[in-house]
Amino acid sequence: MSVYATTGELKLFLRTRAKVQRFVLYVGEITDLAVQTIQQMWRGPIERNLLIAQLDQVGVRSLSIVIITSAFIGMVLALQTAYSLAAFGGKLFIGKVVSLSLVRELAPVLMSLMVGGRVGAGIAAELGTMRVTEQIDALRALATNPVRKLVVPRVLATTLMFPLLTVISNALGILGGLLIAVTTLHLSANFYLRSVIDTVKYNDLASGIGKTFFFGFAIGLIACYNGLRTTGGADGVGRSTTTTVVTGAITVLILDFFLTKLFLFMF
Amino acid sequence: MTETITFDRRAESRETPDRRTHPRDVFVEFVDVYKAYGTKHVLRGANLKVYRGEVLVILGGSGTGKSVTIRHMLGLEAPDEGRVLVEEEDIADLPEEELYRVRKKFGMLFQSAALFDSMTVFENIAFPLREHTDMTEDEISQSVREKLELVDLPGTAHLMPVDLSGGMRKRVGLARAIVLDPKMILYDEPTTGLDPITAQKINELITNLQSKLNVTSVVVTHDIQSAFSVGDRIAFLHEGVFQWIGTMEAARDSDHSILREFFKSSAVVAAQPTTK
Repeated sequence: MSVYATTGELKLFLRTRAKVQRFVLYVGEITDLAVQTIQQMWRGPIERNLLIAQLDQVGVRSLSIVIITSAFIGMVLALQTAYSLAAFGGKLFIGKVVSLSLVRELAPVLMSLMVGGRVGAGIAAELGTMRVTEQIDALRALATNPVRKLVVPRVLATTLMFPLLTVISNALGILGGLLIAVTTLHLSANFYLRSVIDTVKYNDLASGIGKTFFFGFAIGLIACYNGLRTTGGADGVGRSTTTTVVTGAITVLILDFFLTKLFLFMF
Repeated sequence: MTETITFDRRAESRETPDRRTHPRDVFVEFVDVYKAYGTKHVLRGANLKVYRGEVLVILGGSGTGKSVTIRHMLGLEAPDEGRVLVEEEDIADLPEEELYRVRKKFGMLFQSAALFDSMTVFENIAFPLREHTDMTEDEISQSVREKLELVDLPGTAHLMPVDLSGGMRKRVGLARAIVLDPKMILYDEPTTGLDPITAQKINELITNLQSKLNVTSVVVTHDIQSAFSVGDRIAFLHEGVFQWIGTMEAARDSDHSILREFFKSSAVVAAQPTTK
């Protein structure tokens, strides 16, 4: 009995050790890729055509997701606020609650989760396919740095476009709230918008939008890392894509906590 | 670093007798190279010399480490132990940035051709020129056209890789590999997955390029017909070690048991002309 228990404990220890080793290796490798990416960005030149293509891919082609998601979040938030604060005359606070919730938290995080899922999956699948079809090796064999050619434009595009998409998300969320405030709660548009303008300060905007630079960088980096490390054909590409979406979402939520604390401290 | 190698009748037929009668430079050398992936030991002390101007065929069964060997020549893989010398420079421990300089000496045809599938044929072949030269668009266009003619694919520049057959993809991959005029061309399973007629065309293309470009070539294959069609020498890889290295004639006459077994397993060898 004791022998089995010991063997079981040993297996548990070995499994745990292997998982810890894998995690440390993952963090080490992704940090290495981040350093290489920043080095390549710093050294330049950044290829304008590749960057523009990625800005289009990440930003312009994500607009429909951002518009739909943000407008409906704003509308739902207005309805829920009116319902939950009805006893306290909550209708009057709709503008304040909707705008502050959106600008500081909901728009940056939900936009990053939605767009991060879409863009991260796309990048991981594209680079993963390039990896398993030897195109990444071909780049290296042709004396071209895959980080400069593939990673830099993608990470730069996500880092730049996430904040811009957040601005759009903020605006559309507030407009969604306005729609409900006017049509369902019978507030005047002027009252709602005045309430929003009086409530939202520059530090709220800076905190919300500032976070998304980090979210964008993290999503781009995780997607590129998983894509470049893909092995095992179509199955491997599928695994990389799934891992990217899950890891990206978890990373956004964890980063959000620490960045919120940091920005609360700073502003 | 010079050596003299033995006479090779096939090479003479390509009007390059100087290859064997003069002392020869070693272009690439493996010295006791070991490589393992996890618990799988692929190379276990591999020693090999590739002489300038020859076509060396690396022969061996599937999964014996043939492709790993040529990936070491390019620095796409680093050995766990041992040295890989390219023109007497040890590249085993060079950082990636330094390896780019070394890789410009090589052109590689990948097993899957590895064409960039978001680019046209023209853009694929022009890619190395745009990356590493200051050529104008007209000069690039001219060079791409020349290479496409060299691989017998004129008029295909506008096509996407997805529109090409397997043989055409290999040819485009070859055109891209030679566009920077490398000193050495590496072929990873050039005839695998092709029908016999297309495979023979690829073999002829390798032989033609060898005489036109005056390069050194290493061909990795398990296809014995292809090996005897293109090679000057054979290096037979088995269990992580080059078990037998020598000329094609010597290979045919060799009594090395594993090599004979490998040849016997292919009926193709019977169709080869004998030297006796």
